[in-house]
Amino acid sequence: MAYISRRGLIQGAGALGAAGLAGPAFAQSAMNWKKFAGQKIEVTLVKSPRADIIEKGLPEFKALTGLEVGFEQIPEQQARQKQVIELTSGKPSFDVIHESFHVQKRLFEKSGWVADLSGLMADASITGPETVESDFSSAGLMFSKNQQGKLRALPQSVDYWIVYYNKELFDKKGVKYPDTFEEMIAAAEKLTDPKEGVYGFVARGLKNANLPVFTSFLLGFGVDPVDAKGNLMTDTPEAIEAGKIYQRLLSKHAPPGAIGFNWSECQSAFMQGKVAMWLDGIGFAPPLEDPNKSRIVGKVGYGLMPKGPKTRASATFGDGLSIPSASTKKEAAWLFAQWAVSKEQGRALITTGSGVPFRHSVLNDPSIRTQLKMPAAWLDTVAESAKISRLGLPVIIPVTEFRDTIGIGLTNTLSGGDVAAELKKASDAFRPVLEKSEKG
Amino acid sequence: MTQAATPATPGRIGLSSRDYWPFVAPALIVVGSVIVFPWVFTIYMAMHEWKAGGAQSFVGLGNFARLASDARFLESIVHTLLYTGLAVTAPVVLGVFSAVIFHERFPLRGLLRGLFIMPMMATPVAIALVWVMMFHPQLGVLNYLLSFVGLGPLTWVFNPATVIPSLVLVETWQWTPLVMLIVLGGLASLPTEPYESALIDGASRWQMFRHITWPMILPFVMVAVIIRTIDALKSFDIIFAITQGGPGTASETINIYLYNTAFAYYNMGYGSAIAVVFFIIVVALSLVMLWLRQRSKWNADAGAAA
Repeated sequence: MAYISRRGLIQGAGALGAAGLAGPAFAQSAMNWKKFAGQKIEVTLVKSPRADIIEKGLPEFKALTGLEVGFEQIPEQQARQKQVIELTSGKPSFDVIHESFHVQKRLFEKSGWVADLSGLMADASITGPETVESDFSSAGLMFSKNQQGKLRALPQSVDYWIVYYNKELFDKKGVKYPDTFEEMIAAAEKLTDPKEGVYGFVARGLKNANLPVFTSFLLGFGVDPVDAKGNLMTDTPEAIEAGKIYQRLLSKHAPPGAIGFNWSECQSAFMQGKVAMWLDGIGFAPPLEDPNKSRIVGKVGYGLMPKGPKTRASATFGDGLSIPSASTKKEAAWLFAQWAVSKEQGRALITTGSGVPFRHSVLNDPSIRTQLKMPAAWLDTVAESAKISRLGLPVIIPVTEFRDTIGIGLTNTLSGGDVAAELKKASDAFRPVLEKSEKG
Repeated sequence: MTQAATPATPGRIGLSSRDYWPFVAPALIVVGSVIVFPWVFTIYMAMHEWKAGGAQSFVGLGNFARLASDARFLESIVHTLLYTGLAVTAPVVLGVFSAVIFHERFPLRGLLRGLFIMPMMATPVAIALVWVMMFHPQLGVLNYLLSFVGLGPLTWVFNPATVIPSLVLVETWQWTPLVMLIVLGGLASLPTEPYESALIDGASRWQMFRHITWPMILPFVMVAVIIRTIDALKSFDIIFAITQGGPGTASETINIYLYNTAFAYYNMGYGSAIAVVFFIIVVALSLVMLWLRQRSKWNADAGAAA
């Protein structure tokens, strides 16, 4: 099977199609990709490198299934709104949608907007033998299943938070890559040299966007932002310690203005070679290795998240594909979702550094190493981070409000606010929202 | 006239209610569906606890009571008023100034006028994204320019203290030309006789501006002020694209907070309550504006032309 590419199969199938014969791989299963040939489905994804990979493969998918696909990429914020408005209306214009698990999981579950896919997965006439639950990592299944264990999405790509570091700056000052939070702060301090315009650390200061930076530290204290019983933990002593680390790194050792930075400003500062460490998602790596955009090609280290006082944890986020309950073409949509998270698509995703599939069969495939366009260290950090993966945001409905409210408190600490007071104020403001949402 | 008991004689227009309804109905339907219905519905939503994807329940004036003690909302009112105040004053002052300059005759005036108007024609979001890059504290061109005149780097929109003035800078850059156009129109319509007699009387340039030009263009300036106030109050795109209301909530205007509440937290009821309060503020400001305009209208002819 390894030497037969899907493209080859399609061509073969096309040639034999007239005689009504399927390609050799299909002979083993009853799966019929062409079952809904001629139907048209609408796919609305969030604009991202992951969606680009899917878009590139569309002609292949159309040839494979004979389906017509209306394909649209919309920027994240607008896409999330559009989804909520259309799903509330009960007549969405799309059959496949992007789901950001870390933001929408609980909302989609509780509102019953997305279909249970277990039945479709069990139907051998439209599900290939490679699409089995056991091939998805546990993080992926955790994201895509609801509390009753029903599969309501196919996990596509996982995002681990890592520390990008500038090896040249580290070597110049003779600093070793930090292994603990304390070492990290010490390193950031040593590497900061405002006269040279060099700073030890950068990460998001912008409210909302900054929350994963904070949880990255909080998780190292062994505390989740919302505990298993649904209690908000963002003003616990551990959270205050984590907040102090955040405050210190971003206000003392980061470039001025970091208070308003989102990932893109962090990325450009880091790519200029003026920042020693950047804490963010692993998916932002490709431009760093692009000579047209980056001044630090070949100098980037991909570091595992340092160890906190309690544990080492990499804040984890994930994206997947869902099918609205209201869609009238669920089976055809299933074919699309299944193809979009297939091994071939997963391979394209990881070898270009655009994302990290949840599938064991892709990650354990030695051949991706040879096709990898990213440094091998990147892939090693992916693998290591997978072992210490922990959800970076709580699985609750008002995620955005959570990120905003606590995020504003964190931002305020950067302009001089007291960490304990700000976190207490923000947590008190958010607690009633959380309680209300879980009751409703 | 109100009774049309007998059929109208040929050529006479009947005015019974049956006759004029077909003509009034389209307008009523349009007004009813695009103005009255959304309004009533907004008020209805404002009286409910209403979250997308969840159930709704009647809370009466609860949402409004919550607004009164919502520090973030009260802060956003202050931000809105400050932003509006600055974003009206700066373009109007600069716009009048540039109109007076461009009213003079000098070589290449047409070309320069054309260039000056260009910012107005650009898309606000595109402008905003360019300005974000220019504002960047390390890589932005603004700090680079400051370094030439010996000033240290500023953090512009990345600092709670300077974020609103920085946003107003963008707004000013974009909308000064509009004020200039309006005032230029006014200047062009001014009679020349008063200036001639002023010259004969030996008036200085400043005296001519202060006592002849300014009073006569005041109605036009007021129009510009009203248009700018409306624009600045509802300003959303530039703020949202540059700071999204940040850092923290330092540039969060009512509009941005309203947007976040309704479309990021999906809290439609509370968002509607904010919209209602915002509407009241807008109406109040409009009344003030109209009153000011009446006062500036002592020159009835120019006022009517505006």
